[in-house]
Amino acid sequence: MSELTIGGRRFGSRLFIGTGKFQSNSIMEAAIKASATEMVTVAMKRIDMSNTQADDMLHHVTADHIQLLPNTSGVRNADEAILAAQLAREAFETNFIKLEIHPDPKYLFPDPVETLRATEELVKLGFVVLPYIQADPVLCKRLEDVGTAAVMPLAAPIGTNKGLVTRELLSIIIEESNVPVVVDAGLGAPSHAAEAMEMGADAVLVNTAIAVAGDPIAMADAFRMAVIAGRQAFEAGLGGISRSAQASSPLTSFLD
Amino acid sequence: MKISINHQEYEVAPGATLEEVLKAQGLGGPGTAVAIGTKVVRRDERATTVLEDGTEITVIKAVCGG
Repeated sequence: MSELTIGGRRFGSRLFIGTGKFQSNSIMEAAIKASATEMVTVAMKRIDMSNTQADDMLHHVTADHIQLLPNTSGVRNADEAILAAQLAREAFETNFIKLEIHPDPKYLFPDPVETLRATEELVKLGFVVLPYIQADPVLCKRLEDVGTAAVMPLAAPIGTNKGLVTRELLSIIIEESNVPVVVDAGLGAPSHAAEAMEMGADAVLVNTAIAVAGDPIAMADAFRMAVIAGRQAFEAGLGGISRSAQASSPLTSFLD
Repeated sequence: MKISINHQEYEVAPGATLEEVLKAQGLGGPGTAVAIGTKVVRRDERATTVLEDGTEITVIKAVCGG
């Protein structure tokens, strides 16, 4: 399986993992290990001054082979996102940033206008920007124009586990993109991830489907295998689809 | 003088630096970042950042999230 490069860093795994919703940090850590991921998201929040000694999740996800991907979740516009990114760079010593600006609390759909504006500014500030976006092929090209490191179109709304609801648009984005395409949000089963990879996605980001599974560690391993299988199938070249039957055994001259 | 950290008020001596105030609260270690207003203050600037009455400090840390 070929390696993926984003922001000058090479990734042996094409499965990125989100760290939300796990029952405990130890289960999260074990799931991350089982997934063999090399990119893990973290969010940020103000420290609760009444409980400054709360368990630090960071040491559960920090390892030499893992690239932290801080996100800007909770921001409402580009200005807040830029501040959040700068805080993330200071806290985690990385230029990687998952840009997510979703002011709509019901569907958590990302704001394309603010996302484009923030991407342009963050690229100028030296960030490796991975924006979470609608599956919008035009926006993807606009983000490319301003120097995005990748695009992260959604398969379905965050946390819904619905799978590739945006399949047709994703296929256009993958066909047209000159930067890595990371399918993010809504992938609810390993088969969804495998299909995205078979379509030619460069990577997938999975969180809820693993975190809320009956056995998150086993599910992380299942996604690991699915992503490898899907990518290998894409690189091998899938057979064409035809309307009529195509015999795979000789149909004439039996026993002649 | 009064300053605030994450919306909680503290009384500190006039001329106190950001580093002194953070240290007193056990804050500012690895995996955290600090801003005054909307400006991030880098780690190496904390000792020379003198606080004023009413300074609003934000300190963030990593939490789980996708």
